[in-house]
Order: sequence, then C-alpha cells, then structure tokens
Amino acid sequence: MRAAVVVFPGSNCDADAYHVLEQVAGMAVDYAWHTETDLAGYDAIVLPGGFSHGDYLRSGAVAARAPIMAAVRTAAEGGVPVLGICNGFQILLEAGLLPGAMLHNAGIDFRCEWVDLRLETTDTPFTSAGSAGNVLRLPIAHGEGNYFAPPDLLARLRDEDRVVFRYCDANGRTSLSANPNGSIDGIAGICDAARNVVGLMPHPERASEPDLGSADGRVFWESLLSMVAK
Amino acid sequence: MTERRFRARVDVRLNENVNDPQGNAVRAGLHSLGHADVAAVRVGKMVELTLTATDAESARERVDRMCHELLANPIIESYEISVREGS
Repeated sequence: MRAAVVVFPGSNCDADAYHVLEQVAGMAVDYAWHTETDLAGYDAIVLPGGFSHGDYLRSGAVAARAPIMAAVRTAAEGGVPVLGICNGFQILLEAGLLPGAMLHNAGIDFRCEWVDLRLETTDTPFTSAGSAGNVLRLPIAHGEGNYFAPPDLLARLRDEDRVVFRYCDANGRTSLSANPNGSIDGIAGICDAARNVVGLMPHPERASEPDLGSADGRVFWESLLSMVAK
Repeated sequence: MTERRFRARVDVRLNENVNDPQGNAVRAGLHSLGHADVAAVRVGKMVELTLTATDAESARERVDRMCHELLANPIIESYEISVREGS
C-alpha cells in the first residue's frame, strides 16, 4: 500500500505525516511536490499541516490552486481516501473538495494545546476502526480553525452524518468551553458527500505513538489500513 | 485592438453575518486608546493589481473572474472592483 504526502511551500508537518504513515501504518510513502500533476496509483493521499504560501490572502487559498490539486481532485473523485490535516483541511476547503470556510479563531489567539474530540461517525476511511462516541486526545496548533458553514450547509452536514469530529470535554460532552476556536456547532472535522475526503484541524499524526503523549491518532491509520485492505 | 494598461483595485470584506475576530481585536485597541465610543470595527483587504486589456470593461471582467477564482471566498466574503487606466 502506497501513500502520498503532498508538500507545498510552507508545509511543516509533512515529515510527521510521512513518519507516521511509514513507521506506524507500515505503508510505502512518497512526497509529492505541489507542482506535480499525477497522483495515480496511490491508495491514500495526505495534505499535511503547515503554513502553505505563508497563509497569505486566506489560509490554504494559494495552495488550493496549485497544479497538484487537479490530481488530488481526480484521486478523490476516484474514491481514494484523502486526509487534510490542519492547513491541509484549509486547503481542501479552499479547493472546494470539502464545503465551508475557515475563519480566524473567535478568541483571536493562536491555540496550541491538547484537545478532546468526539468521534461522530465511523463511516469514513479514517475512522472506521473506531466507535461513534469515542473520545480522542489530539493536539491542535492553529490561528484559523474557526470552521464556518452557512445554515443550509450546516443542516446538510448534520443530516448526512458528515460531521466526523466535534470538540468536547474529557467525558465526551460538547460545550462552548470545550470549543477552542469558535467553530460552528463545535465542528473539528468533516467529510465530503462521498465520504472518502476528510479534513480536520487537530493533528492525529502528532499523537500516534505513546512517547508523544497520546496514541489516539492511531485510529486514523488502522482505519485506513482496514479500508484499503478490503 | 491595442492592449492598454489598467490598474484595478479590489476591496474584499467579510460578509455581515460572519464574525470578525480581527475587527474585534482592533476595536479593543481603539478602546484602550480612549476611543470608547467605537462600537464596531470590520477589517477587510485591499488588493491592487495592474493588467493589460483592450478596454476597461474587459479589464473589469478579468478581475471579476480572478475574484471568483482566488481573491475572494464567496462563502464568507464579498468584493468591489474599481478600474482605471494607467499603471
């Protein structure tokens, strides 16, 4: 099984994603530079975190128009699991591969801390090995993670079970105080209508080994392996 | 048709229904300076660009396309374009 980690100028979690896919998931991994145009043959594609193109204009806006994004779109439409982490999520939003938009954190500040997340749906290639209601402890590090969806889109995301993660407390309860960035409805991650494109602000790749303080992120890679194996 | 040079100015602003944390931060700064009566601040972006086109209308159409493609995000932002000849 082979995964691609897409690298943009300013990506800085690409090596973390590579490490986890190779060492934890046991996949063969390639970096794919943003100017490349072909991602055929990969079983999974990860858009890592960072500050692509300096976050200028809007986070992810310039990266979303990079040549490689046509190949990401083609792969996504072909059913390949695509995961956007943090800036990768912002890029997927800006590319229109996921719906909605990202705003500056409601509290203005950059949030760099551990959060608890409630897994809301197992119907994605990155959560199938978990159970709905599971609470995962993962780190966040972002200034623009305030997810926004207009009312009609928010209703659709709920109706179609496309909210993949919500911020919660250690007991799995959502609340304003458990929401680090003001995201609408406490949303931390969503998937597309076909369910194979997933984006989230927290960093599972930074929490997949016990030495790093949490291995809860492993559910992403265990899910991926079981889906790809089918 | 001769190509002429135009300067376009795009003002991008957050839609009214979208919270503006940056505007709130600036408002807090103004309040610290004693401008206690400032009730609301909204911060937008201004993009200036120069381009060539046969006339002002086609320059505007091109810039409008650029706004759709990159310069503004229609989910959270709106924009206004002004075009003048020269660089």
